Amino acid sequence: MAGAKERVLRRRIASVNSTKKITRAMELIAATRVVKAMQRANEAKPYATQITSVIENLSAGGAAVSHPLLREPEVVNRVGIIAIAGDRGLAGPYNAGVIRAAERQLNAARTEGAEYALILCGKKTNDYFTFQGYDIDSTYTGMSDSPTYENAREVAGEVMRMFTDGEIDRVELVYTEFVSMGTQKVTVRRFLPLESSDTVAAEGGGDASALAAFEFEPSAGGVLESLLPRYVEARLFGAMLEAAASEHANRQRAMKAATDNAEELKVKLSREMNRVRQEAITTEIMEIVSGAEALGA
Amino acid sequence: MLQVEVVSPEAITYSGEATMVVARTVGGGDIAFQAGHVPFIGVLEVWSAKVIGNDGNDEFAVHSGFIQMANDKVTILSDVSEAKDEIDVERARAAMSRAEAAIAADDSDVEAISALKRASARLAVATGESGSGH
Repeated sequence: MAGAKERVLRRRIASVNSTKKITRAMELIAATRVVKAMQRANEAKPYATQITSVIENLSAGGAAVSHPLLREPEVVNRVGIIAIAGDRGLAGPYNAGVIRAAERQLNAARTEGAEYALILCGKKTNDYFTFQGYDIDSTYTGMSDSPTYENAREVAGEVMRMFTDGEIDRVELVYTEFVSMGTQKVTVRRFLPLESSDTVAAEGGGDASALAAFEFEPSAGGVLESLLPRYVEARLFGAMLEAAASEHANRQRAMKAATDNAEELKVKLSREMNRVRQEAITTEIMEIVSGAEALGA
Repeated sequence: MLQVEVVSPEAITYSGEATMVVARTVGGGDIAFQAGHVPFIGVLEVWSAKVIGNDGNDEFAVHSGFIQMANDKVTILSDVSEAKDEIDVERARAAMSRAEAAIAADDSDVEAISALKRASARLAVATGESGSGH
């Protein structure tokens, strides 16, 4: 007969085993998704590179404009913070890292004496900042797994509107940069105002041709004017794609660790259970033997 | 020969060689590029972009974007571009009549005006009415 202790252990092993199956499945799913997300991030790069190169050419061609997105405010009254993280948990430190960095930005803005505006992508960031009682300007959910350009345009449009309307004077972007499969880094970037087109050009990344004798239609300023919003959208889109790839990579790693732990726990519990069962058997034998001896005596 | 690339934010959607590229820019009307054209950057109208090659032509409905020409390389940057065979003519017709009705009711409806532009660009590409390009 199985003793009470043995039964408890048996049940725990079964539960650890089914948890292991789940985490293993999640690990495999994340592994395929991270590949897809990486591929999307790479496919999106040419557009950003080309846009940058057009800006480089424009700036080389002497386009100097005062675009609202280039407005460098003298006093920063309100700082916008875009935080890009996930809708779901079980991704190790992924969400917490972004949340912590965003909160640090928020506190930095406060010490400067400025207000803050939170623009959150992902349910987890929303949950945290709501729970902490911060004011949230807007939240976008349901796009963290595989963001589309439409999503980026929606968020970027709202942020640019706030910026050009003067509701916010500076925007910081907090997201997780996908450095490689093994390394993802929480990154804070100045999102708006854009550095002047010269600085964008100097930052490089585009493959501008050295010849500067471009013709423009309608005009250099006109091109730049319709180009800058696209540039902002493309930058946000790139960040979203990297964040998605990072989320899946983090989840894969977290779930691998969980699976390994479950395996280890299972071995430990099995050993414990076998010991308990053997003890029970030994006790039973002892009882029978001593009972028989008592009868024989 | 010209190197031609159509790049959307999500991916490079077309890449190939051509003898001539025809597009329509904002304020400038139709413009054609051949090898040796001076470097050029333009804002594209919602209209077609035609890639004319030795072995057949390709045509796209381009819903605004940019065109850059440099070193015999033409790059079309567009949020949305559709190849000729991707266009659903029935849907475009329906969208066109919907947009026309909306404009008839309210001629300051910006949404409808741009919807009409998109629909007519699609139809022009699909039915080959965007001019011969030669």
